[in-house]
Amino acid sequence: MLLDSYRPKVIVTKIGLDGHDRGSRLVATKLRDSGMEVVYTPPWQSVSTVVRLAVEEDADVIGISSLATDHLLIPDLVSALHNAGLDHIGIVVGGIIPDDDEQALIECGVHRVFHPGSSLVEISDFVRDLAIKSRTHSLRTFQVVSNEES
Amino acid sequence: MKKAKVVNLSDSGAPNSRNLWEQQYNQLLPEDREISNRSGIPIKPLYSPEDWSDENYADRLGYPGQIPMTRGIYPTMHRGRTWSQRQLIGYGIPSDYNERLRRLLDAGNNAISLIPCNSIYRGFDADEVDPKLLGTCGVIVNTIDDMDRCFQDVDIAALSTAMNDPLPFTLLALLLGVATRRGIDWNQVSGTSNQSDYISHYVANHMFFRLSLEGSRRVLVDHIAFCQERVPNWNPLSVVGQHTQQAGATPAQAMAFTLATAIQYAEDCATRGMDPDIFLERFTFFFDISISFFEEIAKCRAGRRIWQRIVRERLGAKNPKTWRFKFHGQTSGVDLTRQQPLNNISRVSIQALAGIFSGLQSLHTDAYDEVLSVPTEKAARIAVATQNIIREEAGCADVIDPLAGSYYVESLTDQMEEKIVETMEQIDAAGGMFKAVESGLIQRWIGESAMQFQSQVDCGDQTIVGVNKYQLEEQDSVAEPLKRPTETVIQSQLDSLAKFKANRNQAEFNSALSQLQSAAQNPQKNIYEAIVNAVVGGLTHGEVVRYVRQELGFGQPQTIL
Repeated sequence: MLLDSYRPKVIVTKIGLDGHDRGSRLVATKLRDSGMEVVYTPPWQSVSTVVRLAVEEDADVIGISSLATDHLLIPDLVSALHNAGLDHIGIVVGGIIPDDDEQALIECGVHRVFHPGSSLVEISDFVRDLAIKSRTHSLRTFQVVSNEES
Repeated sequence: MKKAKVVNLSDSGAPNSRNLWEQQYNQLLPEDREISNRSGIPIKPLYSPEDWSDENYADRLGYPGQIPMTRGIYPTMHRGRTWSQRQLIGYGIPSDYNERLRRLLDAGNNAISLIPCNSIYRGFDADEVDPKLLGTCGVIVNTIDDMDRCFQDVDIAALSTAMNDPLPFTLLALLLGVATRRGIDWNQVSGTSNQSDYISHYVANHMFFRLSLEGSRRVLVDHIAFCQERVPNWNPLSVVGQHTQQAGATPAQAMAFTLATAIQYAEDCATRGMDPDIFLERFTFFFDISISFFEEIAKCRAGRRIWQRIVRERLGAKNPKTWRFKFHGQTSGVDLTRQQPLNNISRVSIQALAGIFSGLQSLHTDAYDEVLSVPTEKAARIAVATQNIIREEAGCADVIDPLAGSYYVESLTDQMEEKIVETMEQIDAAGGMFKAVESGLIQRWIGESAMQFQSQVDCGDQTIVGVNKYQLEEQDSVAEPLKRPTETVIQSQLDSLAKFKANRNQAEFNSALSQLQSAAQNPQKNIYEAIVNAVVGGLTHGEVVRYVRQELGFGQPQTIL
């Protein structure tokens, strides 16, 4: 598979209780306009909904926007993805994330935290690279499984 | 000799002619850069009597407290009573709120606010959400006992309380319940139902969205009617331009959306047979004040002028008190940066100054660390001090509408007015604000403006210091230790909720619930009266929202990218 022309699939969502969605809408629009396939959800999704969506959509990256304290649920999301066998999915977070919390997010497996002031181009470039890495990884996993079966 | 030659080239031959200036300017700056403000109005390098003439004074400015209200809604404005300094408070559980409230009251404040936990905005009780999120952004208030605890040893009648209380206004219902408990007449309860503008939530800030659009429409009018009759010193409505502007609308758009929304609500009240001379007196407004200094001043001055015209000519109000465009301003959090965060203190000062020069009635200044986390108390103190410095050291509140008569400010006010009116006409053509929101028109405009602004930042046309220009390698670290409620504290709150539910009088509960349901089913009844009775009868906030939603429906907000 030629990943240079691959069209990444990205879920842009907000989990928890907050509904400030300017950031998530802007990022979703930018990713779409730069050629990625975007699954956008309104705010307030539950962790289990996001996991189900990731399976159904075969997502490469999940982008979570958090402007209040909803990012405190992200470690739960990461472990739910792990339990569903979706470790290959890249996770990107954007919004108001205090320094201490950022550290904890990175430690639990988030690939990158974008803060206010990040450019849309920077976000879009990072997400594309991460999606391709994630797809390569999932293909490799898939091949291993097929070899065992044959 | 050369100089003399140039002077001769001018039309009038006078050394101070405008033509001469123009020639010299163009000579010196052959490739002038084009500048537009955020609302898309081109900004010229110089304004002079050709742009705005004093002949317009009576017609366009007049005197404070008089039509057309451009210079302010009261004769004394800030020279008499300055603006209320209303900071947002709300964190943890009711006893945390009470402690913070009493500190503020001891320090001489009487204009207070109550910011509830995000779970409450979403219509849930504490036992319905992940405990990790509880009390991190606002105080948990689910029951009449919680509200009583929030105001323990505090005289409710002596306060003006701004409650962030989206419809169906359970927090005011709880407060009225507490007033009754304490034998306080509802006439003495004063304040404002902030976040009562469901249209702004629907289009721009989904946080508060709880009911279907049609259901919300009914509850709001019932609430306004109820307060007019029973809680006459309460402002039941605050029409919000802040949400749409924070979501990306330009200042002119945000003003147009707000005014169009206010017209919608006023017409809904009039359709119900209410008297504009009475209900309009209690309409209040809430705007975002961005760092686009002159534009914000022009926006608010233009808004004041348009509103008095609408109220008199379109809504037919004769009571002069209804002509007043009373508004609260909040400095814009969107302009604040995480990079070099202490710079935000400068930004907030400029925003606050714009708000004060624009003649607001109440002001919230953001803390500089808002972009890093929920604001810390130290940063909030600086935000209040900023207002005091502007008012008492710099003397910026000594003169009413001090920028009036500036060729630039007056010309810009006129142009902003034109732009706002043009957008309002487009909304009217789309069938009014309610229809324009139902169809997604407003949401699309906001999305487009947000993207346009972000593109200007990304390409560097719009400078943001420390972000796309003047960046520093090293970041100032101002991170404070985060304050979040402990698990024990949250558990105590959950326990008290469980105890409340177990101990309430089941017969009273059942009767209050069935009254609520029957009021919801019967449009002739005032549903808000039933909501007030429901919380007194023992229903919790989350239960009220759930039962009202069952009857009036929940509408998923549209997403328009």
